[in-house]
Amino acid sequence: MIKFKDKDMQLLLGQVLRAGTVISVSIVFIGGIFYLYRHGHTIADYRTFKGIPDFVQYASGIFNGIFSFKGQAIIQFGIILLIATPIFRVIFSAIGFVLEKDYLYLGISLLVLLIIFMSMLSGHAG
Amino acid sequence: MSVIVFTLIILTGSYFAGLLGSLTGLGGGFIIIPLLTLLLHVDIHYAIGASLVSVIATSSGSAAAFVKEGITNMRLGMFLEIATTAGAMCGAILATHISTHYIAILFGVILICSALLSLKDKTEKIIREKSYLAEKLKLNSSYPGNGGTVEYNVTRVGGGFFMMIFAGTISGLLGIGSGALKVIAMDTVMRIPFKVSTTTSNFMIGVTAAASAVVYLQRGYITPALSMPIVIGVLAGAFSGSKILVNSTSSKGLRYIFAIVISVLAVQMIYHGITGKI
Repeated sequence: MIKFKDKDMQLLLGQVLRAGTVISVSIVFIGGIFYLYRHGHTIADYRTFKGIPDFVQYASGIFNGIFSFKGQAIIQFGIILLIATPIFRVIFSAIGFVLEKDYLYLGISLLVLLIIFMSMLSGHAG
Repeated sequence: MSVIVFTLIILTGSYFAGLLGSLTGLGGGFIIIPLLTLLLHVDIHYAIGASLVSVIATSSGSAAAFVKEGITNMRLGMFLEIATTAGAMCGAILATHISTHYIAILFGVILICSALLSLKDKTEKIIREKSYLAEKLKLNSSYPGNGGTVEYNVTRVGGGFFMMIFAGTISGLLGIGSGALKVIAMDTVMRIPFKVSTTTSNFMIGVTAAASAVVYLQRGYITPALSMPIVIGVLAGAFSGSKILVNSTSSKGLRYIFAIVISVLAVQMIYHGITGKI
């Protein structure tokens, strides 16, 4: 097996970050076109906080929304992918550290993932 | 205001926020949040959610380039991400419980501090002190400089780590990258060369923001219709900014103008927070 070095890891992480950003922002852009086409002439109101519509709050709603070309659902999907991009970067670095046999940093990567996971649970609880 | 006009205003504003944020190194969130809350009267929770998403986009986009060049210290970034993500989680939970007035006031205060810090002159210094923790954690590294590879050591790991918990909390609470605070932790406390600390800070910002974004997402703070023009605008602006930066060397004058603009915005945020308008 060819040895996996820091240089390879840098290239890999660079590609993960670039691909994640390009793909998710393109999806946001496409969703934006659908949204403006459908809702461009309604009134924008964000003065008071009232959460977000149910169909973009839950996974099932977002998926149904994408297949019926609802702009906001497509945008939200892109945004979730964008938020996931740096998390994917951590997952790929964990894999990279396994290949480098750097178990200290494998542990550190896993700890970071655990904290993000706990954060996710805490958001769900309240 | 109709959705199309509203979206176009935000798109233009975000473009300039991204441009200035990238030229000064402060990030786009600093202008986006005052723009949305003071000018367009958007609820601060929505503003924070949208700003956070744009922070992730610019961080990931530019980190992609820096990582490949080999300037970013990946191990240092990963290690300090333990501190920033834990801080970000606390910040996001705090944000859902404290009153918006306090968030606005704190935002103003952090804004002024960051503006002042951005004026500080940056001098490249390399230290060769040995630190036990830095060696154990393999934090000492090198980067490609103008005259060949530059080796550097890292000190005061504990202090830097502690500072990063604070930076992460501020980022999660206010929806900004808090790059200025991360750079202080690495530059001033851990004595890392400036080039490395800025790129490594940028590398960490995405994960830090993601750790609090997962909370905001579930609480309904991230609204798609508002985030869309902000993400696209800020990213486009930051991209233009990085092209300009390559072509010009002196940005001292620009930094002063920006610090003044930022301070005016900061005072406005504090005033609105105290009088209860936010």
